[in-house]
Amino acid sequence: MSNVFIAFQSNEDSRPLVDAIVADNPEAQVVYSPGLVKIDAPGRLVIKRETIEEQIGRPYDLQQLHINLVTLSGNIDEDDDQFTLSWKH
Amino acid sequence: MSVAAIGSYEHSTHDAVKNFAHPLLYVAWDEHMIFSAPCCVTISLSTSLEDVVQKILPELYGQHPQFKNINWARVQWFKSATMFTPNMTASLAEHGFTHKSVLRFRTPGLEGIRGSCG
Amino acid sequence: MDKRVEKNKHTLHDLYAAMTHDLHWETTYQPMDKVFPHDRYEGIKVHDWEKWQDPFRLTSDAYWKFQGEKEKRLYAVVDAFAQNNGQLGVSDGRYVNLLKLFIQAITPNEYYAHRSFAQVGRSLRGDALRIATQMKSADELRHFQNQTHAISNFNKYFNGMHHAPQWFDHAWYLSVSKSFAEDAFSAGPFERLIGLSFGFDDLLTRPLFASLMSAVAHNGDLSAVSVGFTAQSDTSRHMTMGQEAVKFLLQQDAANLTIIQRWIDKWFWRSYRLMTFAAMMQDYMVPKRMMSWKEGWDMFVQKPGEALFAELAQLGLRKPKGWEQACDGKHHISHQAWNAYYGFGHTLAFHTWVPEIAELDWLSQKYPDSFDRWYRPRLEHYAQLHAAGQRLNNQSVPMQCQTCQFPLIFTEQGSGRWTAYRETQHAGETFHFCSDHCEEIFSNEPEKYSQANLASHQILQGQCYNAGVQENTAGFDRQAAVLDFCQIVQGHDNGDFKNSEDALNFENWGAGQDPQEAQL
Repeated sequence: MSNVFIAFQSNEDSRPLVDAIVADNPEAQVVYSPGLVKIDAPGRLVIKRETIEEQIGRPYDLQQLHINLVTLSGNIDEDDDQFTLSWKH
Repeated sequence: MSVAAIGSYEHSTHDAVKNFAHPLLYVAWDEHMIFSAPCCVTISLSTSLEDVVQKILPELYGQHPQFKNINWARVQWFKSATMFTPNMTASLAEHGFTHKSVLRFRTPGLEGIRGSCG
Repeated sequence: MDKRVEKNKHTLHDLYAAMTHDLHWETTYQPMDKVFPHDRYEGIKVHDWEKWQDPFRLTSDAYWKFQGEKEKRLYAVVDAFAQNNGQLGVSDGRYVNLLKLFIQAITPNEYYAHRSFAQVGRSLRGDALRIATQMKSADELRHFQNQTHAISNFNKYFNGMHHAPQWFDHAWYLSVSKSFAEDAFSAGPFERLIGLSFGFDDLLTRPLFASLMSAVAHNGDLSAVSVGFTAQSDTSRHMTMGQEAVKFLLQQDAANLTIIQRWIDKWFWRSYRLMTFAAMMQDYMVPKRMMSWKEGWDMFVQKPGEALFAELAQLGLRKPKGWEQACDGKHHISHQAWNAYYGFGHTLAFHTWVPEIAELDWLSQKYPDSFDRWYRPRLEHYAQLHAAGQRLNNQSVPMQCQTCQFPLIFTEQGSGRWTAYRETQHAGETFHFCSDHCEEIFSNEPEKYSQANLASHQILQGQCYNAGVQENTAGFDRQAAVLDFCQIVQGHDNGDFKNSEDALNFENWGAGQDPQEAQL
């Protein structure tokens, strides 16, 4: 199975995103390199607005992830509640 | 015309022989890539291979420590990828070289700095 | 963010439809084909434009909100860096040459992409896709501006950046980048979309804007890394647009497959060649090393690319023809490029140098299959020349590939021994190439590539001198005359880094990081 991944600028804003992803994706692997945090997961990775809101204690618009996004790989599906990366193969 | 276009597509090319003072020849010493790419040389095709060796190649390749050790009698000569038997007094034209031909030579046993092809 | 936003009564999907597809109307004053005259001639067939959707569902209002937020944050960093004399905190003065090559070769391409996608955004009759391409056009102008702003700080203190637009147009080594930009700019709207958003953005930008930028952070340039990372957040949308466009067009009509495949073959290969600059930057121009080009390739090109093409195989696509050769090239191209540009260092607008012994050791360790066999001996030879007060300076005019315009510095697949040569005839003239793939690009559209302006040939035709300069006059020096024409100041903008004005200034200002202390 191929990995999907998403990478963010490594800063205080993206920290709760990373924590939320790790909470909701048990097989996710997090790697830090200077300035960058990259999260790989086999086949599927989901980011949930609700989990992020639990982390930060205030409302969150999922589209805000654009601000710290660097790159990603996988088929994207987004609605108001979740952002998913996945492969079908 | 194979290119997709919104209309007719008249054009001319830049590198016909008439645009140069002399025909263009590409020259390379294989396996000596401190000279990283083949060299462009404009040269009369009536130049003999011997004159190329005496007058052109030292200027292009003399900086290499192996250049002075070349045994010219053992050098292998190529027109593009095809090896040919040289007649050193014959001209480039007589050897079949034309505008935008490639002249390569190899020096078996001399394969660059410490055999690295550099 | 600070501003409280009322929760939308509409879902993201509803809002997206309202602000993209639902804006469509069929024109009545003029027929649609006259309003959109350029989206049929490439042979691409579309039957239902509503089937293209942006997976991010980004609408114009959200676009401006988030881009504005990104710009505020970015310029806070860029301004703070400048105010704090951040240029004194980079690892080593040699690093600045990475920025010089960046503003010379990459930044102008951003501007061309902006222009290209403004035209795509006018040409395609699908509203949702048109909006996404217009966003890309605005994004690329942003990248051009961001890079120019950030690098302008370094321009106050170092040479080799002030004439980037003129060098882009005239310097021989930058024609690799200019021909890439103009190839896209003269292609049709669908080819630009697939070629640049998929072939380039989705397959090949990650090593330039993710792994290289991480190395830049490691070398203390917070300004550049912020520019690079935020640019790639935009490019994540572009690659998504490209990926969706590929799937959409393949599903719209079976006739599109051959065309799309050919464009992917072409633009993967042209993009791969352009990324040779990134390879050289990653392995040779970041003094404090992090990840090798080979490692970055594996992580950010090979693995995600294999996954992507496994997915797209379901729609009949195969990997690009040049895929295997490009993956083999990860062992070689950075070294071949640095070797070439070092030898031609006096013709460039940035400095070159021989790496230190510890740096050579790092390269030996990262490239066990190639570096010691082919490339280290050459660099050690150059170091020996330096020690004897000499330097290798390639005095010749290099042979260039007709398609990618790189000098023929690349070797046959699987070996560092034989320079790769290919040639073909067209309309009575011989043309030369660096590879099968560049030859195939030519042969598919010979009318286009036979017109290419090759710098080496233009130089030998006497087209690269200032007015009044004559070849057959006493004291004529062709190389000096060409540099004059290109507005490159010999020994000032170029030459060896050691003893350059940049190096002396960097030292006098007390700049740089102590290499011992600077280890992570």
